[in-house]
Amino acid sequence: MSTVAGAHVEEHRDDTGARMGMWLFLFTELILFSGLFLLYAVQRYRFGSDFTFAAATLDTAIGTLNTAVLLTSSLTMVLAVAALQQGKRGLSVIFLSITFAAGIAFMVNKYFEWTHKFELGLYPGSEELTLHTPGEQTFYSLYYAMTGLHGIHVVVGMGVILVMIIMTARRPRRVVRLKDVQKAELEHLGPAGDYVAEGKLDEVRVTLFYAENEVVTERSVIRVENTGLYWHIVDVIWIFLFPLFYLIG
Amino acid sequence: MTDTAVATSTSGSYLDPQDGRTGITSWIFSTDHKRVGILYFTALMSFFVIGVLLGLAMRLELIAPGETIVSAQTYNALFTVHGMVMIFLFIIPGIPAIFGNFMLPLQIGAKDVAFPRLNLLSWWIYLLGATMAVLSLFTGDGPPDTGWTFYAPYSTRSGTNVSLAVLGAFVLGFSSILTGVNFITTIHRMRAKGMSWFKMPLFVWTLYATAWIQVLATPILGITVLLVFTERLFGLGLFDPAMGGDPVLYQHLFWIYSHPAVYIMILPAMGVISEIIPTFSRKNIYGYGAIAISSMAIAFLGYLVWGHHMFTSGMSDTARWVFSLLTFLVAIPSGIKIFNWVATLYKGSIDVSPPFFYVMCFIFLFSIGGLTGLYNGTLSVDVHIHDTYFVVAHFHYVMFGGTGFALFAAILYWFPKMVGRMYPRKPTYVAGTLMFVGFNILYYSKFIMGWNGQPRRYYDYLPRFHFLQVVSTVGSWILAAGMLYLAIVLVKALRNGTRAPANPWGGTTLEWTVPSPPPLLNFDALPVVTGGPYERVEDEG
Repeated sequence: MSTVAGAHVEEHRDDTGARMGMWLFLFTELILFSGLFLLYAVQRYRFGSDFTFAAATLDTAIGTLNTAVLLTSSLTMVLAVAALQQGKRGLSVIFLSITFAAGIAFMVNKYFEWTHKFELGLYPGSEELTLHTPGEQTFYSLYYAMTGLHGIHVVVGMGVILVMIIMTARRPRRVVRLKDVQKAELEHLGPAGDYVAEGKLDEVRVTLFYAENEVVTERSVIRVENTGLYWHIVDVIWIFLFPLFYLIG
Repeated sequence: MTDTAVATSTSGSYLDPQDGRTGITSWIFSTDHKRVGILYFTALMSFFVIGVLLGLAMRLELIAPGETIVSAQTYNALFTVHGMVMIFLFIIPGIPAIFGNFMLPLQIGAKDVAFPRLNLLSWWIYLLGATMAVLSLFTGDGPPDTGWTFYAPYSTRSGTNVSLAVLGAFVLGFSSILTGVNFITTIHRMRAKGMSWFKMPLFVWTLYATAWIQVLATPILGITVLLVFTERLFGLGLFDPAMGGDPVLYQHLFWIYSHPAVYIMILPAMGVISEIIPTFSRKNIYGYGAIAISSMAIAFLGYLVWGHHMFTSGMSDTARWVFSLLTFLVAIPSGIKIFNWVATLYKGSIDVSPPFFYVMCFIFLFSIGGLTGLYNGTLSVDVHIHDTYFVVAHFHYVMFGGTGFALFAAILYWFPKMVGRMYPRKPTYVAGTLMFVGFNILYYSKFIMGWNGQPRRYYDYLPRFHFLQVVSTVGSWILAAGMLYLAIVLVKALRNGTRAPANPWGGTTLEWTVPSPPPLLNFDALPVVTGGPYERVEDEG
């Protein structure tokens, strides 16, 4: 709760809670992938040599490049958060944009990698694949399921980053609940104060705009931080996928 | 309620128009936890009615051997959709979605949940998933016929509309996860001043345990049904032996979620019982700490027992006896709860009010359901009764006799608080008696049939089962009549009931300190908690 120009502003904001909620959500993401990791473990145990043979068809160079791209994007993501924490909104937007671009680069690589496999006829349900051993077929099923699900997460992450770019670039704004607001008191909330109010007086919710452009709200920092956490988990999952598919011989 | 009647509160009842809006939009776009609770209530009850009608149709089909009212394929669809609707649309969201949403912030002395908008979003996602599940019945090549378990490889090959149904299950799981994340954060961050962990109401403890299961188990179901979906759509072969896949792995993944999900269903019901018993015994609960910890113990053990669904599916003997042993261990925390509830009644000043009457039904039915669970968990016995009516009877005793009756008890307990009206007592006893009698006729006969070898999910049966099948069907009518009667009584009370006072039952938890129905922001001043949730002034004297 805070007091704005005499009016009693009541607002629930809990940054620790917001972070906690995000961590819990990240748990669920890990567990989502853990089902696939479990399948991978069992099938690798069963079809070890087939896995080694099929893995040789993957392009380690593209995989390595993509790993480098994603790791770098995690760095720029951290820098975006740090910039915003220091109140540098412009810089934060730049770093977020670089992160977004890295996401595009990753997906473009992935696109070429997958289409190349398709050209060779190595995709689920293809004629070519039925000629391979069951172990190899399982390998490709897992390959497409795991890197595909990961790819979807990269795209979702990029979407969130895009929203963050727009939100960070815009003038910060927040909605609070005003309680016991008297009309007279609200009229005091002109440009002279810290806030400018919008909205009807007889409504409970009133939108408050920060008058100063350079102010960075704690809430917007949390939002970008949480976006960063999500992006890192996508990165971490890739760090496990990369050796499992490309490196282990 | 008029504005003048709640002059004590600055914001008026939550049922008054909000933000100047009235009508449906003031509900379906409201982030108020109480309105979201009512939204869930309406949706869940609608699907419950559909599930009951499907169940009645199945029972009617079985009243005589051979084809009676539907074809064999339609029967397959009936038991599949009955299971899907009852489990994914009704009982898994169930008590947390309705009463958790409504009561959790009130019970911990908060103004709302931690993420009110996420809360509303989870209802919309629920609705989206439910729509997909319902659409799967009317589109494609007929309703799914795999059973609610979607076992591979049949689910990956069935010509019916399984794809949309499993995608619906995935979306519903997402809604469940968001509710779990929301509740855990709410309980950690928003308890009233002075409410330490061991001063929380026991219902909150069960919501907490449930929320953890929702967060940690549901994603496994998500990935599993997603794999079935991709297997059908893109020809991935992870569960197809011809492509090196393994259908038993499907069963493992499915039950890694779906067994803990059983505790998502039952734990909040146990929480409701723990609320109602001290209120109507006029006594502090016996063994508060033991009940609270046993909820967490059940949630934890619940993760480690999924294999008991697969004793006949092909597992090593070591895996089977370990799963069997762990299954027996679940009986310990469950027993702790039952004994503590009964011990609370001892020397209590018992008032057999309608909610309490339903709680007694719960204890009786749940005990039968729980003890027959030990039969299923015993390796040698399970081989005999696996996939028979015995299993069907067991889980209906636990889920319907347990969670179902607890849900009715919760409705009767919190109805005055939620809508601000009282209901007449006598008709609810009549309805409860009808339900209890009908329930036992319906499902106890299934225990006997199952023990004598009647397999579940069969459309037809041997002539020697005819008598008990008829008995069971008659029981379903009595049960349905009881539920219909209760619904009529409550709907009438909604319109004509007398005004409810703030605390009609003499409850001690925080939701009874605010007016009925509660004001928009719950508390004028956030409460400060000093004693335990069930401590009474007269206890001290």
